[in-house]
Amino acid sequence: MTLAPERTARPSAPPEADAGPGRTGPAIGRAVDRVDGLAKTTGTARFSAEYPIPGLTHAVLVHAPIARGRIRSIDVAQAEAHPGVVLVLTHLNAPRLTPPPTRMNPMDLSTMAAGSSIAFLNTDEVHVDGQPVAAVVAETLESAQYAASLVRVDYETITPTADFEAELPTAKAVRSMPVLPPTGGKRGDARAAYTKAPVQVDLSFTTPQHNHNALEPHATTAVWDGKKLTVYEGCQNIDWTQKFLAKRFDVPASDVHVVSKYVGGGFGGKSKVWAATLITCMAAQVAQRPVRLALTREGVYRTVGGRTPTRQRVAIGASRTGQMEALIHQATSRKGRVGGEADQIISCSLDLYDAATILAEQKIVELDLMTNTAMRAPGEAQGSFAVESAVDELAIELGLDPVELRLLNQPVDKSPVHGTRYSHRRLAQALEQGRDLFGWADRPAPGTRDGKDLVGWGVAAAIHPAWEFVANVQLTVDATGSATLACAFHEMGMGTATVVGQMVADCLGVPLERVSALYGDSDLPMGPGAGGSGQTASLAASIEKACQAMRKRLDALASKSGMPDGSDPAEVLTRAGEQSLTVEVGADTGPKAMWGQVRFLSKMVMDSRRWMKAATGAHYCEVRVDADTGELRIRRWLSVFDVGRVVNPKTTHSQLRGGIVMGLGMAMGEETLIDTRTARIMNPSLAEYHVPVHADVPHLDVHTLDDPDPQMPLGILGAGEVGIVGVGAAVANAIRHATGRRVTDLPLTLDRIVG
Amino acid sequence: MPVQPRTTPELRFSLNGAPTAVEVDAGVSLLDLLREHLDLSGTKKGCNQGACGVCTVLVDGRRVLACLTLAVQVEGRDVTTIEGVGTPDEPHDLQRAFIGADGFQCGYCTSGQICSALGMLRELDEGVPSAVSESMGAAPGRSNVEVRERMSGNLCRCGAYNGIADAIESYADTTGSHR
Amino acid sequence: MKPISYAVPASIDEALAAIVDLPGAKFLGGGTNLVDLMREGIETPEVLVDVTRLPLAEITETPAGGLRIGAAVRNTDLAANLAVRQRYPVLAQAVLMGASGQIRNMATVGGNLLQRTRCLYFYDAAAACNKRDLGSGCGAVAGHNRMGAILGASEHCVAVHPSDLAVALVMLDAEVEVASRTGTRRIPIQDFHRLPGESPHLDTTLAADELVTAVTLPAEPLAASSRYRKVRDRASYAFALVSVAAALEVTNGTVSQARVALGGVAHKPWRATTLEQYLAGRPATDEEFAAAARAELAQAVGTPSTEFKIELAVRTITATLRRLRDEGGAA
Repeated sequence: MTLAPERTARPSAPPEADAGPGRTGPAIGRAVDRVDGLAKTTGTARFSAEYPIPGLTHAVLVHAPIARGRIRSIDVAQAEAHPGVVLVLTHLNAPRLTPPPTRMNPMDLSTMAAGSSIAFLNTDEVHVDGQPVAAVVAETLESAQYAASLVRVDYETITPTADFEAELPTAKAVRSMPVLPPTGGKRGDARAAYTKAPVQVDLSFTTPQHNHNALEPHATTAVWDGKKLTVYEGCQNIDWTQKFLAKRFDVPASDVHVVSKYVGGGFGGKSKVWAATLITCMAAQVAQRPVRLALTREGVYRTVGGRTPTRQRVAIGASRTGQMEALIHQATSRKGRVGGEADQIISCSLDLYDAATILAEQKIVELDLMTNTAMRAPGEAQGSFAVESAVDELAIELGLDPVELRLLNQPVDKSPVHGTRYSHRRLAQALEQGRDLFGWADRPAPGTRDGKDLVGWGVAAAIHPAWEFVANVQLTVDATGSATLACAFHEMGMGTATVVGQMVADCLGVPLERVSALYGDSDLPMGPGAGGSGQTASLAASIEKACQAMRKRLDALASKSGMPDGSDPAEVLTRAGEQSLTVEVGADTGPKAMWGQVRFLSKMVMDSRRWMKAATGAHYCEVRVDADTGELRIRRWLSVFDVGRVVNPKTTHSQLRGGIVMGLGMAMGEETLIDTRTARIMNPSLAEYHVPVHADVPHLDVHTLDDPDPQMPLGILGAGEVGIVGVGAAVANAIRHATGRRVTDLPLTLDRIVG
Repeated sequence: MPVQPRTTPELRFSLNGAPTAVEVDAGVSLLDLLREHLDLSGTKKGCNQGACGVCTVLVDGRRVLACLTLAVQVEGRDVTTIEGVGTPDEPHDLQRAFIGADGFQCGYCTSGQICSALGMLRELDEGVPSAVSESMGAAPGRSNVEVRERMSGNLCRCGAYNGIADAIESYADTTGSHR
Repeated sequence: MKPISYAVPASIDEALAAIVDLPGAKFLGGGTNLVDLMREGIETPEVLVDVTRLPLAEITETPAGGLRIGAAVRNTDLAANLAVRQRYPVLAQAVLMGASGQIRNMATVGGNLLQRTRCLYFYDAAAACNKRDLGSGCGAVAGHNRMGAILGASEHCVAVHPSDLAVALVMLDAEVEVASRTGTRRIPIQDFHRLPGESPHLDTTLAADELVTAVTLPAEPLAASSRYRKVRDRASYAFALVSVAAALEVTNGTVSQARVALGGVAHKPWRATTLEQYLAGRPATDEEFAAAARAELAQAVGTPSTEFKIELAVRTITATLRRLRDEGGAA
């Protein structure tokens, strides 16, 4: 056995460099530099709190330090008297808003945009710790900050219920909803099969609350011009933000303009409309001045939901040769009494293995805590930790290699529970390729020591379903030969603005450097939300359509000038004497918009009956555990993913690495601490909530199969979330290999590793 | 003569090479001075409590956190922000290296990473050891492990750490110094 | 943050006068802790007296063969100083394992000693905390106290002192030089920080009108064979769960001298005197190291969240002494 030395050199094979302008051949598949690279590396990219606005005022929130109760009185006199204060907004003087929708309307998904059901500053009730009870608006940030500390609130308090573990007996069953991600599933009688299985593994797991911690704290700048509202806000769903604000403020959606050009990270935390956005718009309305509100880091923790904690049980029964007879996955999560929903925690267990029987079910507990919300691979991230740890334990129980056990139980072509066909399934290839590249055959004996360290190798599989949403686009080609794609999509760092150009270039047959994209603005055609790893695939579908339509129109023009089909667009337009040509796919308003939504929903339902489409992957890692202290270090990491077609290896690999890094955070240190006596988050800070730092993250060797999925637009499955799935389990499995200890609670801190 | 405290001192310092004079409340941080009063928004605010590094700027060539520096403390100093490192028309080689190595995703931590890296490489040049240096007595060498330890005050939630380290190392390789 | 005023004294005397004459005055060093605490509303000075421009930023030889480190020396400069690195490697390591590169460029030696606890309940104005508000109770005792004390805590406070540098100084028997208008005095570092007892609001024995002007290190050949070991929840940029500053002299397989101080375990850097006495004259074996560590930790008291730190401390001490025996110091 040879132990790999710690890597000190840079990767031997970086993504191939882009040959730059003038390079011919397909743009798709090239490792193109990001189009926003210069703006971001020179600090000239303006994020939402950075637009210079004449007459701007600054708002600061006052947060309730209680989790449940009522405001008895609120004294704003001192705050109002502080020099520079423009307004102190409370429930006594805030404008009344239309209540948020209480039901999801499939024809208008912005009905899902409410961060919670709390009527912020429209009620004297306090429902969660940190709920904003006032906002101070002042000429300067300093003035608003100090005046906010002068607001005195007297509360009547009710003891909150906040202990997830203690309240587990009150959990209610979660019913799977069509169209939404699955929260349950059944194949045969798993309970009976488990009882009879000759080899059994039955483990309980916990995962804590996590918070997104995008480094850009949520910030809103609101400007009213009469009844028209402009909102600068880095968000993951411009469409939802626009329509939701329009409903709450009772103005037409067309009068709400959302600008969201650069988004400083989201990870799910900027998909919904949270308290501060509403309050900023209210404050600007009352003050009749532009108002900016950039949340403090603590403010983000207190007013934006995080990832639900879970308690899970995974029981697997198998034959002595390793065939899975029964797979039982039961999970309980948490939501707030004022909102939130169940993450799809068991979804991995429906499709990772072809167990003869499967039982997957979820329950949910309601607590007096901030609502939970989607965070990168919601459910899959937590659920994969449990099921992939249990599979590893089963391999040990069977004396089988954990990769072999996984390969042995791969479904062939159909989803075991639903019977839908896999559009394509490359998980086995990912496992095999990873095994070879990592050198798994040289896996050391369990408990091998290298100096002061114990060495462990771990493996885990990943799966994440592919999603598609509505994307309306407008494509313009002008007589200079430049093509512009306009769509209100989101660029949070996934590289969307870059890959859109690559897709247009190839679909239209123009050089990449002639293509540009307009995005991040509700004045553009409605884009897909940045969620469910579905944005690029959704855009691809509409880009293909738009380019086809454009080609058709160009060819029609060309034939008029006696030119052949496929002629250079610039020449075609010049000869025809046209300045430009524009085509549109989809419509934002009117009957065509309704029709688009119907078509989207029916395709989704039809697709879900016919196909199971998912990105998959395999993680391999080597960890070192200090034999004295239990300190954990990741020494080596390799992952192979099937994300369908890879439009840009550079940005795609970065996104996959980003998922792995967030998974390492889950594995090694991330945990939001709630004092159950007060329902208060006790570590609302990047100092005490440990996201990974540079020193925690070794070179992550990422590979993609680059095999287009036949049922997805341009073959793209999406790469935003599959990276995080299974990471926690891969690390836990490596720790088990190193130390003999099965840690079933995240994070995998040294006290749990040493025991 | 006893010292006179001031609530709004006049502050004179060099900002990206330009002599700058402003009146500023004593409690205003260098970060808020840059972002809110001077419209230099390239320096970012991520935690405002010294825990994330996105506000890193160079003061007299040393990397510091603008959020925990009171503006009045830079009196007479030479402050360099990302805007002074390079521009879209004339980017610094390190900025180019970040683009080439994909050392960012959302871009929010990037200004801080770049300023921090410049300060960090100078520290290496000056022979400042780090927590992972084998020996305290000897001058430290540059390695991936050293770079990662020294850059650990700059969080990147998108997880672009590999690209950031690659960018810094390739830049340092081409500039020849930095041990 | 409350509106404040700011003063830059031209001399130490001016600074010492200002702290007495100006109501609500407080000294400002690098600001890395004080500015944060002001923003949180935990520290509420009226005037900041900036002492970083005073002539306190030198590291000089003492007549006794030790080093005198000015209170305004930045952490980076302390760790970069060749005399410190070669003669007191434990001190350089401790500094470098604290905070981040940026913070080390800002933070001063004096400020580092005076930094306040990172206890979650101290930082949260809505929580009960006797350190912040004497008599309000301690939310941490039965709350989230994983980072809390296992030695010398009281029912009123389980906070720990977060400094790494101070742990090394305690192991090195440093002295803190302080000045006030009435004169100067030298405080042995062990007496500088205090245990919480009935008055957890007091971190140190420094008087309100006193300024830390320097730290002096005695001449100590043993210090060249020293190391700092910090165990934390991530590889860098985190506070210690347990840290160990240690120096060891072994003659013919027998411990002639051992010095150990612990961080992350108490309201002050913890000098392991029981351990030191136990080890003197005993064989330098892993078993004796562990036995000595256990003797030191015999008085430790854990909560369900901190219980693990007792065994972790034993193991970290043992490993650090073992490494010193086998590989020598970090110089």
